[in-house]
Amino acid sequence: MAAAPIPGSGPRVARTMLGQVVLPGEELLLPESAGPGAEGSAEQTLRLGSVVRPRARVVCGPGLRRCGDRLLVTKCGRLRHKEPGGGGGGGGGVYWVDSQQKRYVPVKGDHVIGIVTAKSGDLFKVDVGGSEPASLSYLAFEGATKRNRPNVQVGDLIYGQFVVANKDMEPEMVCIDSNGRANGMGVIGQDGLLFKVTLGLIRKLLAPECEIIQEIGKLYPLEIVFGMNGRIWVKARTIQQTLILANVLEACEHMTTEQRKQIFSRLSES
Amino acid sequence: MAATSKPKLSKNLMRMKFMQRGLDAETKKQLEEEEKKIISEEHWYLDLPELKEKESFIIEEQSFMLCEDLLYGRMSFRGFNPEIEKLMVQMNAKHKEEDVEDVTMEVDVSDEEMARRYESLVGTIGKKFAKKRDRAQYDEDENGNIKPVKAKKTFLKPQE
Repeated sequence: MAAAPIPGSGPRVARTMLGQVVLPGEELLLPESAGPGAEGSAEQTLRLGSVVRPRARVVCGPGLRRCGDRLLVTKCGRLRHKEPGGGGGGGGGVYWVDSQQKRYVPVKGDHVIGIVTAKSGDLFKVDVGGSEPASLSYLAFEGATKRNRPNVQVGDLIYGQFVVANKDMEPEMVCIDSNGRANGMGVIGQDGLLFKVTLGLIRKLLAPECEIIQEIGKLYPLEIVFGMNGRIWVKARTIQQTLILANVLEACEHMTTEQRKQIFSRLSES
Repeated sequence: MAATSKPKLSKNLMRMKFMQRGLDAETKKQLEEEEKKIISEEHWYLDLPELKEKESFIIEEQSFMLCEDLLYGRMSFRGFNPEIEKLMVQMNAKHKEEDVEDVTMEVDVSDEEMARRYESLVGTIGKKFAKKRDRAQYDEDENGNIKPVKAKKTFLKPQE
């Protein structure tokens, strides 16, 4: 396969870029939209040879933006791709950029941990770490009615979900799903410790085959809540255990597997 | 002088309903046309080329949930919060719902248990429909199963 062109020298084919670093402003070509300009790679000509297949819908995830027919990169990171099938919409799979960042930007459907900062009339203002506090209606709790208000105080932690989140409007949260059930959302219990980590670590910890979580689960009896906005809330039997857990979780972002195993074995001995 | 220049009534006046009776066909038509012209002129539109929205094959989706199959964000381990542990199983099973569901369906009630239930059901339902007098005939045996007891009523001689 021909060497990849230097960054910035023109659009590159997304499929050849998987796992590589992309920069904001770069343009990516999808196999379907790759025209005669991208005939350099053998794979590409093969694709064009067997043309008649229908154009598949491609989903562009976080870090990518559609601009007319073009696909632009908006975040710096590694380009990832998921093959279609298994819940992911679109026949062409999903492309996204795996980026590192600390600033959270509200996204519709995300589960986050917020802090109630104000109560005004029938709305709560919730700080979620975004550019603007989110609003949360007092009716958006399980079993809440006009007469039966939920018991939420300023300073409480809320685990909720965004229903409105776009760049032009105030984000809006709810603590119920479409069936009106809480499903674990609502006010997070008393005590515990809240701390912040990078957004990348949250995704790493929530990945289905995450070893860190499995190992931590064997350590102590504990409860833990992950918000996609980079907040983690932990609670164990004692304050000491809670602090240990928080430190381990914070540190494990930049640890190798061996280092982690060492620390976990040391902790389970004590 | 008065005969040559008959004062003409204004157009707006002629357009009024009560003035239309006296009009002849031609002036009526003329007035109608003028009216239509005025109406169409009053309609305004943007002088733009027609917007053509092409169907896009790229869908934007800003959530990582779709991309990475992330787990549910609440967890509990080693029985710290049983409620959450139950929820975890339920929420995280959603990914594999298709293959999980039919297994759990079978586990719910086994065939043997079903057969046993129906066996005792005959007696239970039978008791329900039996008359009060006959109800005594249904008796529970040592297994808790209800069986009809066929005992003939006979006169018991009082003992002295």
